[in-house]
Amino acid sequence: MNNILKISNLKKDYNTINGEITAIDNISFSLKKGTFLSIVGSSGCGKSTLLNIIAGLDNLTSGEIDYSPCLKIGYMLQDDALLPWLTVYQNATIGLNLLKIATEDNLNYVKKLLVTYGLEKFIDKYPDELSGGMKQRVALIRTLATKPDLLLLDEPFSALDYQSRLMVSDDVYKIIKKENKTVIMITHDIAEAISLSDTIIVLSKRPANIKKVYDVKLSNKTTPINNRGCPEFSSYYDQIWRDLDVSI
Amino acid sequence: MYQSDNQKNYLKRIQRQRRLILFSQVAIIFLLIFFWELLTHYGVINSFIYSSPSRIASTIKDLFLAGNLFSHIFTTIFEVLIAFILGISFGFIISVIFYEHPIIAKIFDPFLTVLNSLPKVALGPIIIIIAGANTKSIIIMALLINLIVSITTIYNGFLNTDKTKIKMFTTFRATKKQILYKLVIPSSYTTIISSLKLNIALTLIGVITGEFLVSKKGIGYLIIYGTQVFNLDLVMSGILLLLIISYLLYKIVVHLENKLLHKK
Repeated sequence: MNNILKISNLKKDYNTINGEITAIDNISFSLKKGTFLSIVGSSGCGKSTLLNIIAGLDNLTSGEIDYSPCLKIGYMLQDDALLPWLTVYQNATIGLNLLKIATEDNLNYVKKLLVTYGLEKFIDKYPDELSGGMKQRVALIRTLATKPDLLLLDEPFSALDYQSRLMVSDDVYKIIKKENKTVIMITHDIAEAISLSDTIIVLSKRPANIKKVYDVKLSNKTTPINNRGCPEFSSYYDQIWRDLDVSI
Repeated sequence: MYQSDNQKNYLKRIQRQRRLILFSQVAIIFLLIFFWELLTHYGVINSFIYSSPSRIASTIKDLFLAGNLFSHIFTTIFEVLIAFILGISFGFIISVIFYEHPIIAKIFDPFLTVLNSLPKVALGPIIIIIAGANTKSIIIMALLINLIVSITTIYNGFLNTDKTKIKMFTTFRATKKQILYKLVIPSSYTTIISSLKLNIALTLIGVITGEFLVSKKGIGYLIIYGTQVFNLDLVMSGILLLLIISYLLYKIVVHLENKLLHKK
């Protein structure tokens, strides 16, 4: 399998009035196609910065990122960020319009996704008529519309309450697997990371560097909700919890 | 549709309360007019100073017969509309400039704050000398009063655009223009529409202030002229007309607001 992304010695400094802050330091890893990678770290450790740099929304200070040729990246935020004055269809296609690639092929692809994932009846409805889970689906389809090879998920479920969070992460996981995407997800929810990922990178506190890497091997790995019942789940949870070294 | 007794009683209670409120409001107006007329009629209070409902009515009738009534009303309404539209348009344009160039917004911030806290009527004499004793001065006066408030409300509306939505746009490589026209302005729509109500009230204040300073026509002119010749009937009539005009303008804006906000 090919690496679609290789990061070496990544460093990011921020300039503030009170001085220079190193957000992340000495990060190196590579990502194979089809992998679901989670990056776990305590809040404020710089994991969002890392994701922004990978997405090209922020500059790196030093180090290198090698993308495989013609790699397309999609980004999904913690909030569904749907625009209330646009219909579900208009929301799902907004990325295509902004990038000026709203070709008939692409628009049909979005329509197909909306139909496949149970939103056919809501195509001309407004977001306030959808449940939280459905909104998140529309947000995912908006990201998938540009046919990205690599999906970056920035705490995609943290805006939801616990019950919907489990359901929606199950839902999103199935869609991502069905569409066969490579994923980098950042989260501070250890259980979420274990239940969804193939690989977990644990970041240290700021300045963030890689503390540990886990290849998640669960017996009977199926869907995220079922994975939580696997026998290995709690020992992974325990180890990562210790790695994070959370203190009040 | 079935309604339980409790529900019926509840609705009845609400209805009764509504009627009581409306009845009291009408009664207050009626009693005010009645006692005002009664007391002036029997000379308990001086009708030369306090005027009286019947004298106000005949003053308005005289104005109407002389053919002046509507020209005064329309002069004021015309000035209000011009200043209102200019205020909203300039407010919008300046807010867009501020949003696109935060540096400009920062540079002008203290000046706007100072200008906002200054009682604009103090600038009246200067405006008259520069712009002349004409309608232009009245419009400028009204603009001074409504413009800064429109800029502040609309610009703050722009600034309050949801940060995650802006980030969502940048993940699709949106340009500054796309963010402004497809996100910032549409999401401030409600704020802008709601600011119209405040704006119409301020514009009316500005126009009447302007008419007090310079004018040969308009409701403000009637009031100030009445004061100068000590014709309190004219002053009171002017105030009554102003009450009606401001109520109607307010109602029109509220109606407009409801239409624009619930058109979906």
